[in-house]
Amino acid sequence: MQKIPAVSDGKHMGFAWGPGDILVYETLHKASGSGSSFIHEVRKDEDIYSPILRKLFNESHHIFVGLQTIREDLPSKSRKPQFVSISKNYRSVIRACMEELQQVAVSTKDGEAATQYGNQVSILLAIELIWNLCEVLFIDAAPAGSLLLHLLDWVRLHKADVDEKAREVLQSDSPAEHRDYWDVVVSYVLQGRLDEARQMLMKQATLQPAARNMYKLMDTLLSKMPFFNPSGTQTLTEFDVKWRHWHEEVDRCLQDNSFASNKHLEIICKLLLGDEDILLDHKELLGTWYHFLVTRLLFCHPTVKPAELHYYAQSCMTMFLDSRSVPEPLDSILLAAFEFDIHQVIKDCSIALNNWWFVAHLTDLLDHCKLLQSHNLHFGSNLREFLLLEYASGLFTHHSLWQLAVDYFDHCPEFGRVYLELQIERVPLDTERKALKVLRICEQRQMSEQVRSICKIMAMRALRNNRLGSALSWSIRAKDAAFATLISERFLQDYCTRGTFSDLDLIDNLGPAMLLSDRLTFLGKYREFHKLYEEKRFTEAAKLLLSLMTAKIAPRSFWMTLLTDALPLLETARSWFNSIQKNQILMTLTNCSFSLHESVTEVDLQRLQKSDYFSSV
Amino acid sequence: MESINAKYVSQKISKTRWRPVSHSFLQQPDIFASGSWDNEHNKISFWSIGSHGSSAMEDGFEGEPQLLCEQKHDGDVLDLQFLDQDRIVTASSTGAVTVFRHHQNSQTISIAQHWARAHHYPCDNAPCTGVVCSSPEIVTVGEDGRIIVFRADQEGVVRVIENADSSTIHAVTYLRTTEILTVNSIGQLKLWDFRQQSNSPSQILSLSGDRVPLHCVDRHPNQQHIVATGGQDGMLCVWDVRQGNTPFSLMEAHSAEMWEVHFHPTNPDHLFTCSEDGSLLHWETSSHSEMPSFLQGGRNSSMMSRSAMAPAGGNQSLISAWLSGDCSKGRLETSHMLPSQTLSVNSLDVLQQCLVCGTDGEAIFVNRQVPV
Repeated sequence: MQKIPAVSDGKHMGFAWGPGDILVYETLHKASGSGSSFIHEVRKDEDIYSPILRKLFNESHHIFVGLQTIREDLPSKSRKPQFVSISKNYRSVIRACMEELQQVAVSTKDGEAATQYGNQVSILLAIELIWNLCEVLFIDAAPAGSLLLHLLDWVRLHKADVDEKAREVLQSDSPAEHRDYWDVVVSYVLQGRLDEARQMLMKQATLQPAARNMYKLMDTLLSKMPFFNPSGTQTLTEFDVKWRHWHEEVDRCLQDNSFASNKHLEIICKLLLGDEDILLDHKELLGTWYHFLVTRLLFCHPTVKPAELHYYAQSCMTMFLDSRSVPEPLDSILLAAFEFDIHQVIKDCSIALNNWWFVAHLTDLLDHCKLLQSHNLHFGSNLREFLLLEYASGLFTHHSLWQLAVDYFDHCPEFGRVYLELQIERVPLDTERKALKVLRICEQRQMSEQVRSICKIMAMRALRNNRLGSALSWSIRAKDAAFATLISERFLQDYCTRGTFSDLDLIDNLGPAMLLSDRLTFLGKYREFHKLYEEKRFTEAAKLLLSLMTAKIAPRSFWMTLLTDALPLLETARSWFNSIQKNQILMTLTNCSFSLHESVTEVDLQRLQKSDYFSSV
Repeated sequence: MESINAKYVSQKISKTRWRPVSHSFLQQPDIFASGSWDNEHNKISFWSIGSHGSSAMEDGFEGEPQLLCEQKHDGDVLDLQFLDQDRIVTASSTGAVTVFRHHQNSQTISIAQHWARAHHYPCDNAPCTGVVCSSPEIVTVGEDGRIIVFRADQEGVVRVIENADSSTIHAVTYLRTTEILTVNSIGQLKLWDFRQQSNSPSQILSLSGDRVPLHCVDRHPNQQHIVATGGQDGMLCVWDVRQGNTPFSLMEAHSAEMWEVHFHPTNPDHLFTCSEDGSLLHWETSSHSEMPSFLQGGRNSSMMSRSAMAPAGGNQSLISAWLSGDCSKGRLETSHMLPSQTLSVNSLDVLQQCLVCGTDGEAIFVNRQVPV
């Protein structure tokens, strides 16, 4: 929540909603009197304007489009690894973004920016954590046995400070005497990284030759802990039996006080037995309740089944967190995931995050894995489509990222097209290049109405700036005969006022575009008549002129001009018109004089009637 | 095929151009410039792919472009060309033409020359759509149908051809030192001779049939009469400007607008095109002429066929493989250069064995092992 500086205390605030923002202004609830003259724009979603996060949107768009094209008819066995790999792709994109943000947060000198970057980093961390868990539980859907191994990987990935500490310890002069030494060893054990724990312990063992046997025993215990091998031949039951044997052996060692003289080793032994109290003693090293959960499962119940997870999860969370503290949103999301309540996860994430990116992509992926039952919302669309539409609509408000949104709308079968049709018309068209791109999008989706309206906007703009060639090119694209007629009228008007044609390069080279509208054809042919006349090819010129008169594609206002053009041809000594043609001219004249009294001048009429050839008819 | 990686740069790229290499040192291209579009604040940026640059670029995957410096640009960068080793000229959607200087030592960019509203309408801005230069001369074209000639060191305009075109001029290229060729949105190629004082083109060529807008043009590096164009329908046309009205060959290249076409500057049997449909094609023709192309003799126009068919086999010395028009005989190979479908590829540039291109997906691709 932030205080908007727009409105001073005690004043009233007016507002109007926009697609992704609000306009806010100061006002007084009185009929008269002046308020502030400023309007403020409050943006809800700052994320899409962050340059580093933009990479996230672009890269994930690429992955999204690739995901939609996975063939539906392949058996689910071969599709699962593909989905897992796509999920990992999304996660690596999140990680790359996170690392870049981290670097910038560290290197920036602006304190406020550093805080903001830091916040974004922690949000991305949380997102990746949730996504990773969803991948393990829902997409990969590991069965008992592998489930714990995946969860161990998950925890290890998100607790990187162990490695840092270990590095520090190892680089010191005497690692075994470093104050963090035992913390590192215990952390390794908590994460099930027993080989590394053993290596560390060896350093201590060399320092205490007297306790050599104790260290050897611990080493043996650690090395013998069985881990389930999913690709091996051992069944889960066999593994369980082996594990219980090992567990009993460790218990025996504890009972006969083999480690009594060394409190550290005794602690490790108790940890290996999954002693809850000792585990809770190490809350600081565990850090989070879900680490506690995984460690507890590792040392108490490694063959946990997916359906059993939520019992353990709930109890671990209760044990770990103070009874007074309220669980954070992240905690309830993770708990919902452990309960395999996908809808709850999505709902909680939608509320907690301010950008639809995460839920939209995750839901889409889960939908492809066929994990979402169609959860009908009251306006009929399903959950995946709803989230994608929300996300894409948010993208569309961005001056640049709107192009990505198009692909998202394409893959929303019910409402995507309608949304796109409404939004695409609002994209500002500053240059022809941008208009061409928007047009291409509309044409590829057969949105003919939008094509027509965009072409009309561009053509009108061109016409206003007197770019008749551009205007014509836009009307050809839209196959807009009416506009082509408008443009031809402009040309003909120009000719009437000035006596010459403008833009000859256009009219002379109309080509088949001439046929788009009658008026345009007339224009082209009329210009051709002039060219023939200039080249003194009078027979052909005469024939063309006559066909223009009789074909009735000439606008009425132009008939007199045509007749006037016929005059020189009639008045010369040589007969360019035969008698049939002369009859036709006469008919045209008659028609003309009946319908256009005002434009027929006496002088013209007399000239025509006096002309030798008419008198002889 | 060597994997070509995308570098996401948080801006839609409208133009990418290699900095020219100095032939005396036989350098590999290492620096390119890019321009953005459709951003609230557009930028021009200089990038390095070589082992040049300061030590801060040690990390990062080998060959990934590293940003050297960038500068705010007013309006979309609609065209960008290198004037010389240090200076670039940009065409802006506000109608301005600007010369930027890249200071290599301090990695900063300053404005050397700026002509605001060079292209304009009476009351509005008209985007400047194309720029071509041959130092110190700069020629620009725009949506207002003007052709303007500048000199990089002079503040004023050298020459303006008003109303050169009634439609938008999309691209311009030099044909000879005193002749330029423009393409417009009603499908015409116009030749302009600057030695003449008149404001009309010396020649107009167009396709018979539909007047499809042409968006890009490039001249064959060695044979000045051969020109390739690409247009709204994605067709690649190769023209012989001596031969008048129709192109020599028409090839279906892309399913949407072709934004740029480039002959390889040193190996012109190779041609590259990029398009709105998200693909970048590499065209390779095998010139089966018995006589090497650099030993061409004088004109022998009587034997040149006017149609788009392969001429008779005897006069092979004058025919570049591009003009044979007979691509069905397998003399023309095309290959996609980008690994998968992307958003529109707006620009490409190729120099020696390096290719750089920019897309609307806010990514730049660099390929350093183009098979030429």
